[in-house]
Amino acid sequence: MATKLYIEAIREAISQEMRLDDSVFVMGEDVGVRGGVFRVTQGLYEEFGEMRVIDAPLAESAIAGVAIGAAAYGLKPIAEIQFADFILPAVNQIISEAAKMRYRSNNDWQCPLVVRAPYGGGVHGALYHSQSVEALFYHVPGLKVVMPSTAYDAKGLLISAIRDPDPVLFFEHKGLYRMVKDEVPDDIYTVPIGKAAVRRTGEDITVITYGLMAHYALEAAEELEKEGISAYVLDLRTVSPLDKEAILEAVRATGKVLIIHEDNKTGGVGAEVSAIISEEALFDLDAPIMRLCGPDIPAMPFSPTMERYYMLNPDKVAVAMRQLAAF
Amino acid sequence: MWIKPEDLTVSQVQILNEAGDLVGEAPNLTSAQLIDMYRYMVIARAYDERVVRLQRQGRVGTYAPFSGQEAAQVGSAFALEKSDWVFPSYREVPALWVHGIPLENSLLYTMGHVHGARLPEGVNAFPVQIIIAGQTTQAMGSALASHYLGDKLVSLCYLGDGATSQGDFHESLNFASVWKLPAIYLIQNNQWAISMPRTRQSGSQTLAQKGLAYGIPGIQVDGNDVLAVYQVTQEAVARARAGEGPSIIEAVTFRMGPHTTSDDPTRYRSAQELEDWKQKDPIVRFKRYLLNEKLWDDGKEAALLQEAAEQIEQVVKAAEGKPKGTLEESFDYVYESLTPRLREQKAAVAKKEVR
Repeated sequence: MATKLYIEAIREAISQEMRLDDSVFVMGEDVGVRGGVFRVTQGLYEEFGEMRVIDAPLAESAIAGVAIGAAAYGLKPIAEIQFADFILPAVNQIISEAAKMRYRSNNDWQCPLVVRAPYGGGVHGALYHSQSVEALFYHVPGLKVVMPSTAYDAKGLLISAIRDPDPVLFFEHKGLYRMVKDEVPDDIYTVPIGKAAVRRTGEDITVITYGLMAHYALEAAEELEKEGISAYVLDLRTVSPLDKEAILEAVRATGKVLIIHEDNKTGGVGAEVSAIISEEALFDLDAPIMRLCGPDIPAMPFSPTMERYYMLNPDKVAVAMRQLAAF
Repeated sequence: MWIKPEDLTVSQVQILNEAGDLVGEAPNLTSAQLIDMYRYMVIARAYDERVVRLQRQGRVGTYAPFSGQEAAQVGSAFALEKSDWVFPSYREVPALWVHGIPLENSLLYTMGHVHGARLPEGVNAFPVQIIIAGQTTQAMGSALASHYLGDKLVSLCYLGDGATSQGDFHESLNFASVWKLPAIYLIQNNQWAISMPRTRQSGSQTLAQKGLAYGIPGIQVDGNDVLAVYQVTQEAVARARAGEGPSIIEAVTFRMGPHTTSDDPTRYRSAQELEDWKQKDPIVRFKRYLLNEKLWDDGKEAALLQEAAEQIEQVVKAAEGKPKGTLEESFDYVYESLTPRLREQKAAVAKKEVR
């Protein structure tokens, strides 16, 4: 099986679905002629033309709103928000409109929309090109929020998202685009939304995470293995809806839980995962739930030193894992 | 050279003056169509007055009355084909009715019935929009879909004077213009956005010209003149269908009642202003025209009022007799299928663990 980059897997998912279904189209800033600022949509404009790879005017609320209208009409838009940081002007359309379309029409309408956006730091993107925004959306009923960590998952989950009858936010860690390469089938396949993946089984501690941090956790787990600490790593893959069964199974495997995300700590996905564990598996725990997250400062700093402080890395993850193992 | 707003001259289109005299060229409508328009306006007014009373009796929820705006809505909706798309705000009962949504549906919606927003099969209208101007970009999505599919349908988006201040309106205009979308913005400038008068809402001389900077033609029309509204909407529909792009229509009208039944306009609006606009009542004016044309008489008027009362009584009875929705149902409409957590919460409701 061919190995493909994370970014190639995303592009393949889009182009294969577009070939299969004329109602699928791409819209966003610089997605056409330029092929996207990260080149995710490279080659699509040439293959599908300007009506299916729409270079939208620079207005995120319109990108979301137009996509919602087109989705309700029966098309299947894949809207790209150039950086997750820029999704905020579109929040009303996403939260008040897309997420509630089915509900407020009592199932009369649906909104089969995908909003893709690159998120995350560590690439010197500074305050407004580095944010993690999943916590703003995973709280909202009516939305699904997907955050794949591997190329295989990126392709399979994106195809699921495109085919999903409800709005899906698809957040791609920009650091993964060209860092991660794994085996990706050439054929079309799906990975179910709402299902976590056990990346590693272990007996001493459990790490629950997603996105880039899944790679850091696996790297740290390799390191700890040499020290005799065995770690179970659960990659959530979807942060809304959360895979409660997989979370509880992961907790029961070791009784010690570390939740990791790059997003800041307060009110993050880790808070909900932690609450689920407290509600359903408190007596399976042998240690207090631990969280390793970004600090609660407003955004990723520009200064490289400060950015290194803000970002997690495999060493910081290993330190936290050792600490939990020693409890 | 400076581009100056004062260099722009805008004249309001009028076909029937306030006395009901023909002052322009009447559109090509049959007698039956003219009477049909009038019937919609009269019955809609009676409905509006009845629903306000129902609200006072606690039989419906908060309601946004439309009295005074019947011509702007009936005239514009009449210019559409049934297959065209309508994007309503929350004060568009008459327009939706003309386009095929029964009054019973609108009343159910106002009652907060769980099925109130469900539309009859085949009626091309989006759900009622509450967030101001939220529908404008969605209407352009629908118009973009029509453009892509080549289905020759037009998307007509209703909005108010206040909505023209919203960013979504402007973002949508820009999008519509770049892609020359088959879309119409029907702005009902009813002079008031709750307590905010038109003069303080925008420094623009007219709302019709708000599209000019985006390359979109606009027209200001007497919104209480049903024939003029019909005429200009027809022109906009023709442009859209011919692939010539979007248009803006500013229908100058007046909200005779409160913003909603929770509002008291006497706190911010003079009694004189209301009196002045009553002289321009769209229904009175159109009736005078029909009388002049010998298409109408007192006997027909009395029969119509009687029919309106009976029809509305039936609508109220049907809506109030509709079986109530269930709390469990609300979990079913979040996603196409229940998530595990929703399944748990729904089961708890079914077992009456929570109320």
